[in-house]
Amino acid sequence: MLKIDDLHITVQETEILKGLSLEVPAGEVHAIMGPNGSGKSTLSYAITGREDYEVTQGDITLDGDSLLEMDPNERAAKGLFLSFQHPLEIPGVATMSFIRTALNAQRKARGENEVTAADFLRAIREKAKIVGLSDEKLKRPFNVGFSGGEKKRMEMLQMAMLEPRFGILDETDSGLDIDALKMVGEVVNEMRGPDRGFLVITHYQRLLDYVKPDRVHVLADGRIVESGGPEIARELEEHGYDKYIQSAA
Amino acid sequence: MSQTRETVVKEGIDQATVEMTRELETYKHGFITNIESEKAPKGLTEDTVRYISAKKDEPQWMLDWRLEAFARWKEMDEPTWAHVKYPAINYQDHYYYSAPKSGSKYESIDDVPPEILADFEKLGIPLREAEVLLGVEGAGQTPGEARTDAGVGGEGVARQKVAVDAVFDSVSVATTFKKELEKAGVIFMSISEAIREHPELVKKYIGSVVPTSDNFFATLNTAVFSDGTFVYVPPGVRCPMELSTYFRINEANTGQFERTLIVADKGSYVSYLEGCTAPMRDENQLHAAVVELVALEDAEIKYSTVQNWYPGDKDGKGGIYNFVTKRGDCREARSKISWTQVETGSAVTWKYPSCILRGDNSVGEFYSIAITNNHQQADTGTKMIHLGRNTTSRIISKGIAAGFSDQTYRGLVSVHRKAEGVRNFTQCDSLLIGDQCGAHTVPYIEAKNSSAVLEHEATTSRLSEDQLFYCMQRGLNEEEAVSLLVNGFCKDVLQQLPMEFAVEAQKLLEVSLEGSVG
Ligand SMILES: Nc1ncnc2c1ncn2[C@@H]1O[C@H](COP(=O)(O)OP(=O)(O)OP(=O)(O)O)[C@@H](O)[C@H]1O
Ligand SMILES: [Mg+2]
Repeated sequence: MLKIDDLHITVQETEILKGLSLEVPAGEVHAIMGPNGSGKSTLSYAITGREDYEVTQGDITLDGDSLLEMDPNERAAKGLFLSFQHPLEIPGVATMSFIRTALNAQRKARGENEVTAADFLRAIREKAKIVGLSDEKLKRPFNVGFSGGEKKRMEMLQMAMLEPRFGILDETDSGLDIDALKMVGEVVNEMRGPDRGFLVITHYQRLLDYVKPDRVHVLADGRIVESGGPEIARELEEHGYDKYIQSAA
Repeated sequence: MSQTRETVVKEGIDQATVEMTRELETYKHGFITNIESEKAPKGLTEDTVRYISAKKDEPQWMLDWRLEAFARWKEMDEPTWAHVKYPAINYQDHYYYSAPKSGSKYESIDDVPPEILADFEKLGIPLREAEVLLGVEGAGQTPGEARTDAGVGGEGVARQKVAVDAVFDSVSVATTFKKELEKAGVIFMSISEAIREHPELVKKYIGSVVPTSDNFFATLNTAVFSDGTFVYVPPGVRCPMELSTYFRINEANTGQFERTLIVADKGSYVSYLEGCTAPMRDENQLHAAVVELVALEDAEIKYSTVQNWYPGDKDGKGGIYNFVTKRGDCREARSKISWTQVETGSAVTWKYPSCILRGDNSVGEFYSIAITNNHQQADTGTKMIHLGRNTTSRIISKGIAAGFSDQTYRGLVSVHRKAEGVRNFTQCDSLLIGDQCGAHTVPYIEAKNSSAVLEHEATTSRLSEDQLFYCMQRGLNEEEAVSLLVNGFCKDVLQQLPMEFAVEAQKLLEVSLEGSVG
């Protein structure tokens, strides 16, 4: 479903991704691990179409369609969702209102009807309970003054509400307590299905105890340097990235 | 109630609002209505003043007052201290009076020429006594839906009635709901009618807040004002509906000099809204209004403006010069005056709605959103003059500058020597969109009593690329994302507006910023 082919990304005249290829078939969950600064967030921004992340070579396709010419919102409407490593705050806009605006914008772009206020309310209350955010938080300005962990929960709430076809989780686990980790597992596992894919970026094995990946890739110096089964994550936990950094250098 | 209102505004920024806005073109009110008009000869002499006064059938005292102002004005110089630039105005090249030919005021709505009715209809202002002022399709719906959203009420939220006084060029053409208001004892009519029908009230209060000699534009207005609105709310009466005046400049080269006087007698309450538009014309048009508010003991006046005069085109050609003197007098104890304004239009704006806090324990508030885009210039702000004891004031100003525009916030907080226990809170935030625009904050503080507690906060920020990308990743297109972020930035002020205006204001924000990014 998501296919990345020989991707080169330049950010402010520095090449960060240097020929990265990756394929996540529908129904699978893939994990990406890699040292700090290796280009994991850069990859997630490139997939979602952030400005200034210039594609100098290669292609990214979702369900066979190239994403490169699409605006970020068009990619979102096509089903891409990014759980940000560092979620943003939006002062003055109630959380509920923000999520509903986003949902309706996507639905409209896909030619679907807007959700009714009642359906929306029912859904968001139910999902907020799962991710562990109170009703009171939903009324507050989006993410303003929320703790790091609460912001990550908010990312999961949005993913659950927007029901993307492909979700990218960029270090959603960092900063989360054990219960929240389980919650992330619950949300992803609940959404997992034959038509949906996930790319989970993480530094730690523990998230992968809850979200069982089909494959694990190691990203170092702008390329995938190894791919394999879940055992790779365990191995990394023990030995670190030494071997890859040397091989990449 | 206040909670409901807050919810309404927050939830109002939903898709429906965004869509409504996008349906609007850049400046939708730019049409010209073809109607035969009767004008005073071009230029400004004593005869012009006499002509206007005669047209209005004014009593001698009014004519004398005007002539005195005119004599003064001839000796005055146009102020130059504001941070705005415009070519010199030739005051002899304007018309000072223009009225639709068929007579200045219509007995009933059926006598109003259909072109004018259609004109106001196009603007969404129903002059037949409809129940919603801003009848933009769906305008009444969004807040209603939002209430359901928040679990408050649900269906059947009663729509508020709004009485309208419509001023077309120099005359008031229609005033709605007069009968219903009369029952409550509220006087709501054009100032011309009030001068004839309630001379004692007008004489007592007009010029008592903004004296003839106040400033160049106010003096000019006193000499040539043509129409405007008069409101009197008797003691103890809570005005049963929102009152509003809708100003429209149609005629070319015609200045609009309206005069508004609102008096809230002891223990009364009134909420008043003002809206303005003008056709798109290549020449600049002049608008110099004077608004006087008087609040007596325990009375409260809430005055809201959505100013959407034609701002000129992308290159800065045309547009309204808006030189306005607005001042409220909290004349007696525990009175309160709130100014709320959304300024999106005009080529040049010069405007400082102020409060004189004379009565002990009186309260002044100023909530403002000013948006400038393209080549617009705005120099606006407020003055809070604390004369009484324990008087408090609150200033929240949100400035958004985009394109090549330039805006200045100028705020004066002054505390009289004898005014014990004064408090002021000022918050002044500027948001810049792009890197060709400018925002300046100029606070003046004169505290002559050491017991005063004055707080001032100011921030300037640029629209954040990170936030924009975040919103777009969630599915909003660029314009929707900007609109959402700007709405959030302005929320503290938007929630002060009456519901109908909040929806209108949110649409305006988006329209005004169209094309400001990307
Ligand atoms: N906007 C930018 N301008 C300049 N350099 C950038 C920019 N964005 C990323 N980089 C650089 O690109 C490299 C990859 O960054 P990226 O954020 O993708 O790493 P990461 O793998 O996500 O790291 P971490 O594990 O710390 O999150 C880093 O060296 C970073 O400094
Ligand atoms: Mg990262």
